[in-house]
Amino acid sequence: MIRRITRILTAHIDNQLLVALLLLMGVGLVTIFSGSNQSVPRISSQVANILVALGIMYAFANVPPHYLMRIALPLYVLGVLLLVCVALFGDIVNGARRWLYIGVTRIQPSELMKIAVPLMLAWYFDRYEATLKLKNYIVAVVLLIVPIGLIVRQPDLGTALLISAAGAYVLFLAGLSWRIILGLGIGAAACMPFVWGMMHDYQRQRILTLIDPTQDPLGAGYHTIQSTIAVGSGGIVGKGWLQGTQTHLDFIPERTTDFIFAVFSEEFGLFGNMLLLVLFLLVIGRGVVITANAPTLFTRLFAGAITLTFFTYAFVNMGMVSGILPVVGVPLPLVSYGGTSLVTICLGLGILMSIGTHKKLVQT
Amino acid sequence: MSELTINPGVELRNSRLEIYHFRVRLAIASGFVLFMFFLLFVRFFYLQVVKHDYYTTLAEANRISIVPIVPSRGIIVDRNGVLLANNYSAYTLEITPRKVEDVEALIDDLATVVEITAKDRRRFRKLIEESKSFESLPIRNRLSDEEIARFAANRYRFPGVEINARLFRQYPQGELFSHVVGHIGRINPHEIEQLEEKGLDANYRGTDYIGKVGLEQSYETNLHGTTGVEEVEVDAGGRAVRTLSRSAPVSGNNLVLNLDAGLQEVVYRAFGEYRGALVAIDPNTGGVLAFVSKPGFDPNLFVDGIDPQNWKELNESIDRPMVNRALAGTYPPGSTFKPYMALAALTYGKRRPEQTISDPGGFNFGGHFFRDDKVGGHGMVDMYKSLVVSCDTYYYMLANDLGIDNISTFMQQFGFGSRTDIDITGESRGILPSQKWKMDRFRQKWYAGETISVGIGQGYNSYTPLQLAQAIATLANDGVMYKPHIVNYVEDIVTRKRTVVEPQPARTIDLKPEYLAIVKNALVGVNKEGTGARAFAGAPYVSAGKTGTAQVVAIKQGEKYVESRVAERHRDHALFIAYAPADKPKLAIAVLVENAGFGARAAAPIARQVFDYYLLGKQPTPVKPDDDEAGRD
Repeated sequence: MIRRITRILTAHIDNQLLVALLLLMGVGLVTIFSGSNQSVPRISSQVANILVALGIMYAFANVPPHYLMRIALPLYVLGVLLLVCVALFGDIVNGARRWLYIGVTRIQPSELMKIAVPLMLAWYFDRYEATLKLKNYIVAVVLLIVPIGLIVRQPDLGTALLISAAGAYVLFLAGLSWRIILGLGIGAAACMPFVWGMMHDYQRQRILTLIDPTQDPLGAGYHTIQSTIAVGSGGIVGKGWLQGTQTHLDFIPERTTDFIFAVFSEEFGLFGNMLLLVLFLLVIGRGVVITANAPTLFTRLFAGAITLTFFTYAFVNMGMVSGILPVVGVPLPLVSYGGTSLVTICLGLGILMSIGTHKKLVQT
Repeated sequence: MSELTINPGVELRNSRLEIYHFRVRLAIASGFVLFMFFLLFVRFFYLQVVKHDYYTTLAEANRISIVPIVPSRGIIVDRNGVLLANNYSAYTLEITPRKVEDVEALIDDLATVVEITAKDRRRFRKLIEESKSFESLPIRNRLSDEEIARFAANRYRFPGVEINARLFRQYPQGELFSHVVGHIGRINPHEIEQLEEKGLDANYRGTDYIGKVGLEQSYETNLHGTTGVEEVEVDAGGRAVRTLSRSAPVSGNNLVLNLDAGLQEVVYRAFGEYRGALVAIDPNTGGVLAFVSKPGFDPNLFVDGIDPQNWKELNESIDRPMVNRALAGTYPPGSTFKPYMALAALTYGKRRPEQTISDPGGFNFGGHFFRDDKVGGHGMVDMYKSLVVSCDTYYYMLANDLGIDNISTFMQQFGFGSRTDIDITGESRGILPSQKWKMDRFRQKWYAGETISVGIGQGYNSYTPLQLAQAIATLANDGVMYKPHIVNYVEDIVTRKRTVVEPQPARTIDLKPEYLAIVKNALVGVNKEGTGARAFAGAPYVSAGKTGTAQVVAIKQGEKYVESRVAERHRDHALFIAYAPADKPKLAIAVLVENAGFGARAAAPIARQVFDYYLLGKQPTPVKPDDDEAGRD
């Protein structure tokens, strides 16, 4: 009896995914404890975040994918409208207009678009599945460019790039012809000087800093230099938990959020990093398997986009901390402290679980 | 299916092929994921294995800060232990200009809490100009307890301002020793370069001060000590978290001088309002017992950077208090040159002691009449009388007979015209004229007529009071010459080990004892029955001396020098050289009193006070101006 109830309750939970993400969250808690100088309130607050995120994940895992299809268009339209509102009435925080005040709280509509854009594109391709032509790809690109353009204007280059990546994954998986991909690649390269001209000074600075962090060691390059030192000085086995000097003497900025990987890497070394890469690969691998077996074009595209976006977060964050990518505000998925990103990621993973476990029901 | 065949415009899609294509794309994407993660792994491997040592070094450099611990500077005491330079600890209010946006506004604010004078502000502005902006610079020294408490209560208002306990240098004797002990001051960029050249910059990390002049400068290496090092762990904000290791600093060595503070003070007071210099040497060791250049200045003004107003006053004063007259001022020796001339005459066989000349009141050479001081002359004059009455004509003739090169060769032995190498720097060489000297200097040959006035210590002759003192000390010591030295010994304050300075004679001049006896006897005569007799009347010891007067401006041919007609600054300098007791000299001195007229009148009484104090322990009575013309030289 109990077993049956348990089976019903857990019917839509993917065990491999769950184990991997719980392990990543565990790594996160351990590292946050060190990075926050052993702050118990930080840990309990993150535990609360995790519980909320798991709840949301559980809920979405139980929502059949076709419900998602229904909300794709409204969610997308709502998101774009909110972005337009941000552009018109948004609050400026730290020089960027990203937040919108809606009665009780402030929200960041660009966060919503991380889900809404790939959802919309997957829905769109699925709708015209039978008659996909070049025209549809062009429409898809437009659907992608509108929110990205609004987000770039905020300005929030990091989010814009991540959403572009999510959209690009959908386009790629939807079968965009190689010739066009090549053409777009060449076109993008040709646009570089133009894009450079349109960039804000701080954005250019970040890119210049990446090329040579030492030219501004106390300014824009400081974060990269210090996090690279933390990673490098960690060595093969690390300095040990709670023993990182870069961490505990405040040399690493944003130790529990965007730069948490520097803390982890300093204290657990190359072995720790390899473990983390393996855990991320477990999540991604499971996502790929779910994607490959997804029943419809919509579920395939959406699952693929979620999986590859998850990878992109992890890659961009670790690349930034280890000094091969510019500093963009991307947390390390499931590890960094913070409710918003946890919820977004778990929501995506919940959908992935839903896609993985609802296929039989759809097929019958 | 049938619909599709009816409508040929819609291509039949093979769902299996579709899935196959999708999976190919997914496989490509997975390959991309693996490749990118591999790139990350390569990056981690590069950072954590290949460059691990490099980044460990950087992390350690971040974490560990080497804090120098400045040693306390050695103190300077006189022969009796009287403090001449010492250290005291006090609180300073310091600003780090780099951490402050508007320094002027900050100082205005600070002035509401702690008293800050206009002088403090000027001094601080000068410090900013001279220093690197990341140093913390003192705006106020010697805070009172109340001021410390008031600042502490308001500290939150003043980021970039802090109170530090520091050791300060103090010169308790003020201007009395300003020209000998010297002073320290903040290290300037030029001195940093010099320290770097000598490889001493590491030992000066954290040191703000360095000896600028006097003993503070010449014994800098002894006084400074060895800087200690503390390794502290610091956080990103530069705050020390804990101490990792510590090596204690080694304090600088103390200097114990030959100088006698009591004697120095007697000399200083004896000069009264006059400017001048006095050097007193123990002929048996070369130890300098008094070293005075008057006026002096308060060396304490220089310790933390002199403020521009005081600097201007000192620098532009007509009395030139910054010039070390005893060391760097050169003056014609006047008649104090005569004893050495007499000794030269005996040595070169140009005069016998009893040989007399007739003094008609001057000497005619080449159409030029060299006047004697006494109108009508001294009559018949032998060597003894020539010194006792200071007969110029005797020495005009003698100079002519000796010739300039004999004079210069002989005088060189007594150190005239060469540096004594005393243990402070900035010494002048003076001028001992010779044919070669004139050729080198003026590209002109020597005229025989120029030799005549050299015989009475005029002409090109020009020596420092220190050289005069060394010469008379050497004469008193029968030709055995010591290098004059101010420091008696350097004392290691930990081991109490003493390093004595200059215990050996520098050289011994080859002089016949009987000739020495003749000249020394005449010098005793000077103080007994000659030009020095009035000053030394009633002295319970036997002293030897020689008065001198040095012309400041040349007197026209046939004109007589009348003191009252000459502007004060153009009046003659008074000189006196002496030693006592005559049979076993314990002290030899040279006195120079600027623009004071005759040596017998202004300089000899000062010498008397010095000997009375040193030999008898007698505190001097105020000098009475002696207007009697009888004692002229």
